[in-house]
Amino acid sequence: MTEPAPLSTGETFEITVDGRRLRVEPGATLAAALWNAGIFHLRRSAGGSPRGALCAMGICYECRVTVDGAPHRRACLEPCRPGMEVSTGA
Amino acid sequence: MPEPAPSLLKVEVAVVGGGPAGIAAACRAAEAGAATLLLDEGVNLGGQIDRHRPGSPPPEAARPWLERLARSGARVFGQTSCFDAQPSAGGFALVADRQGARLEVRAGRLVLATGARELFLPFPGWTLPNVLGVGGAQALLKSGAEMRGKRVVIAGSGPLLLPVAAAFAKAGGEVLLVAEQARRRDLARFALAALGQPAKLWEGVRYRAAFGGTPYLPSTWVKEARGRSQIESVVLTDGSSDFEVECDLLAAAFGLVPNLELARHLGCPLDRRAPGSPGVRVDARQETGVPGVFAAGELCGVAGADTARAEGEIAGLAAAGAWDGASPEALALARARERGRKLAVALERTFRPRPELRHLAGPETLVCRCEDVPLGRIDPAWTPRQAKLYTRAGMGPCQGRVCGPALSFLFGWREDSVRSPLQPTSLRNLLSPEDR
Repeated sequence: MTEPAPLSTGETFEITVDGRRLRVEPGATLAAALWNAGIFHLRRSAGGSPRGALCAMGICYECRVTVDGAPHRRACLEPCRPGMEVSTGA
Repeated sequence: MPEPAPSLLKVEVAVVGGGPAGIAAACRAAEAGAATLLLDEGVNLGGQIDRHRPGSPPPEAARPWLERLARSGARVFGQTSCFDAQPSAGGFALVADRQGARLEVRAGRLVLATGARELFLPFPGWTLPNVLGVGGAQALLKSGAEMRGKRVVIAGSGPLLLPVAAAFAKAGGEVLLVAEQARRRDLARFALAALGQPAKLWEGVRYRAAFGGTPYLPSTWVKEARGRSQIESVVLTDGSSDFEVECDLLAAAFGLVPNLELARHLGCPLDRRAPGSPGVRVDARQETGVPGVFAAGELCGVAGADTARAEGEIAGLAAAGAWDGASPEALALARARERGRKLAVALERTFRPRPELRHLAGPETLVCRCEDVPLGRIDPAWTPRQAKLYTRAGMGPCQGRVCGPALSFLFGWREDSVRSPLQPTSLRNLLSPEDR
């Protein structure tokens, strides 16, 4: 038996990123939704430089953001859910 | 009503990794009657090569396998990252982070199918936003990123460059050029060898046709990514002359390295006989040097999806105790595996990164992105352990998965030892239920 796949029923829905509302396609990962919104800076490096996704497959942790209060979530592995609240470290 | 998420599961066979090898292994193990669990980190099964959005149809090669998996009786947990594994009570205990919660799995046998990741080599500007890997750029595209009208440069090494260029072109992106660091004569020899595998050659021709007039430049590599807060242009070179191209996205990576961490943590020896990045050593039944631990796919050496599936089938059958080496099916699988190993050797020889790539990074170029450590602070004579202790290189969240292979290429370093947790996880998940 397989656990249910994330929400993907065909209707777009809203998420919030740094207080800004975005409309996203069902089935998109958070990294893809951020890209589509032109949000390319996801956080700052240890030395303060802007960073975005690199490996897009959960290895590098460059795309880590806070999702619904949980920190260090890899945006490239995070499915978008209606009402999701995201803070980037940009 | 969905059942509450379990925190402890007992199974006969646990498969780690839901790409082609893991899916095949889970199918065969479950079909052979073993209580089987497949764990995967992603939003969806398919690994990298068969990545697809939930709700979208999977790639054609993956479809029959996913349908078969759904019928097989294997249980599947997605969004689950293994961060520890230990021998336990005659079998193994896996501990995983399942969407933030701790999951413990007791399994009689393990099949490791953790695949491979891209080799990133540092060059000036590689940390700018919108510089991604090649598989990485494709992963982003396949995860729902809109690429229509984006100007894309694809650079690096390996057979992945072509299908990724084709995917971007099909998605409406403007693929400006593809820069392959390998030499034309090596590529020609590889293409000729592919004549022995006509299907592969035809794939190559279709890819080439798919993006028409886009230049494909052998012996060409990235020298520098330029831009203020994200990439604006890339400088490429053939070793004697440079040229600059404006772009919105640079996809740059230099082949694949196996994800060995879990296997090494369990004590599985590596196969260092062949040149290039080592994979886990396995016997004819895909069993590693640790009894009860099997391995399949790119983890055993990069040889593509067909080989991964054949190895996955062997490993799943063997882990379930159902492997009959003399059966016609077994012989066919063994032949597929042999073809794959030959392909792995040809891939390594053709696409091995050239020496010039060791000199792209200057002293100011960051080599550890997690901890912002520039190349100039690292002494080539050190071990990875010394680099960690003196500079923090390798101590960030990626745990050396990005800088480690780069430093191995630059300085000939061997990988450092591995410790749990293999993936960052919350302190609470490190406590066993009795300690909370």
